[in-house]
Amino acid sequence: MSEEKAAQGPLPVVPFLKLPEGGDPYLEGYKCKSCSAIYLGERSVCAKCGTRDQLEPTRLANTGTLYVYSIVHRSFPGIEVPYVSAIVDLDGGGTVKGNLINVEPDPEKIEFGMPIEVVYKDALGRKDRDGNSYLSYFFQPRS
Amino acid sequence: MTDAYVVGIDMIKFGRFPDRSVPNIGAEAALLALDDCGLKIQDMEALYCGNLGQANAMVGQRVLQEIGQTGIPVVNCANACATGATAFREAWMSIKAGVYDVVLALGVEQMGRGLLGGGGGGTGIPKEGLLGSATMPAVFAEAGQEHARKYGTTFEQFAKVSVKNHHHSTMNAKAMYQKETPLDEVMNAEMISYPNTKLMCSVNVDGSAAAVLCSEKKARELGLMGRAVKVSASVLTSDPWQERDLVMPDVNTCTRQAAAKAFEMAGVGPEDVNLVELHDCFATAEILHYENLGLCKDGEAGRLIDEGETALGGRVPVNVSGGLLSKGHPLGATGIANIYEVSTHLRGEAGKRQVEGAKVGMTHVIGLGSACGIHILEKVAN
Repeated sequence: MSEEKAAQGPLPVVPFLKLPEGGDPYLEGYKCKSCSAIYLGERSVCAKCGTRDQLEPTRLANTGTLYVYSIVHRSFPGIEVPYVSAIVDLDGGGTVKGNLINVEPDPEKIEFGMPIEVVYKDALGRKDRDGNSYLSYFFQPRS
Repeated sequence: MTDAYVVGIDMIKFGRFPDRSVPNIGAEAALLALDDCGLKIQDMEALYCGNLGQANAMVGQRVLQEIGQTGIPVVNCANACATGATAFREAWMSIKAGVYDVVLALGVEQMGRGLLGGGGGGTGIPKEGLLGSATMPAVFAEAGQEHARKYGTTFEQFAKVSVKNHHHSTMNAKAMYQKETPLDEVMNAEMISYPNTKLMCSVNVDGSAAAVLCSEKKARELGLMGRAVKVSASVLTSDPWQERDLVMPDVNTCTRQAAAKAFEMAGVGPEDVNLVELHDCFATAEILHYENLGLCKDGEAGRLIDEGETALGGRVPVNVSGGLLSKGHPLGATGIANIYEVSTHLRGEAGKRQVEGAKVGMTHVIGLGSACGIHILEKVAN
């Protein structure tokens, strides 16, 4: 462990989580100008229509709806359970998978289609081997 | 173009063999399949070998080192859980193309225990349990929940799949388990990823299965048409683009497209199918595939399991072998093991679990990533 190698602030948990200097974090998609398909992360060819070099970055919404979920009770050693693995359709396009928090892990308490917001917080205290901390995204119910 | 036939086929009893090598486990099924039709390794013109865990380690050649190094061409292939079906299909294509008259297809796997998928990797920090779950039970739970969202399918209906398949395997000596699991036992088993409990997850086992395929001319020449099974369709698809597939693998569209092509190729429809061995890697998955394979209309899969239509004795029995849930799921062997099951019924040799009068059967596998392999097999009219 070499804490001195750690960066000044937290790093993004995935490349499509953007941390603009002095701005709020957001999720970035790449949208095909030809067919409007949306991807997470930068790419040059559209997998839907095959068009090349027509993908441009687009800022994804921080609101959406719950498509489906599973309540995970058994995971790998060291991973705290239970947690809710959720697939969320963001308003305006783009589908993202993540943890649904601030909800009871009980099928009676979770509804398909419920309104969701994206929130940005520390990645459950997980650090890499250089001691870097990470900023992650989470979903929570939106009232 | 010649028709292609399975003339010899068999599988080993699935189990856990930590002290054996992958080629050794594979060799056993290869010899059983050769014995089933009375041919020798010297009669084989090529070997198509499917294995996932040692995909870079020349498993097919190492099998020949155990049973006869005759110098024939060997093709090793890996295609996730569609690996065995892909090896079988490569063998089928070589016969259809007229390149060979008699070839061997083999699928073999040695599995560890525990969860598959979601191992993390890459740089930075582990993402499991942070960005949802990439474990297979969770991925297939979410696929099942899509059906629940659309049609109101219940936890109990998903659980009934497991009750049925475990019951079926009590009649199959080659299955990993021969044990009844009543509904309350399935539903009260340890919850892995809601709505899949431990008894609704396929069993990680070691296993192998092999088939000898022949052209029609060669099968007649060898006098092997008596127990031959016609391969009337062999189809492989990959996953077409879907808006959610970056985060939610789609096992439905590739199955639907493969099924449509297979029915067209075989000149039969879903109503002609007497039994199906489909990819019940999790109980949730079986429900989806009833509709994907056309066994019922969209939205009717819950009713199908409730009314016992897919149980032995029902309208279209599904996974009478016990399926992946109870027979076990050695990834690379599964695609040929399910062809063995259907062939055994078409030959009228399935004993207590025989689907009476079976003339047409279908096999289906999904390799996540994704690949779908479907075969339609027919009894030969003698």
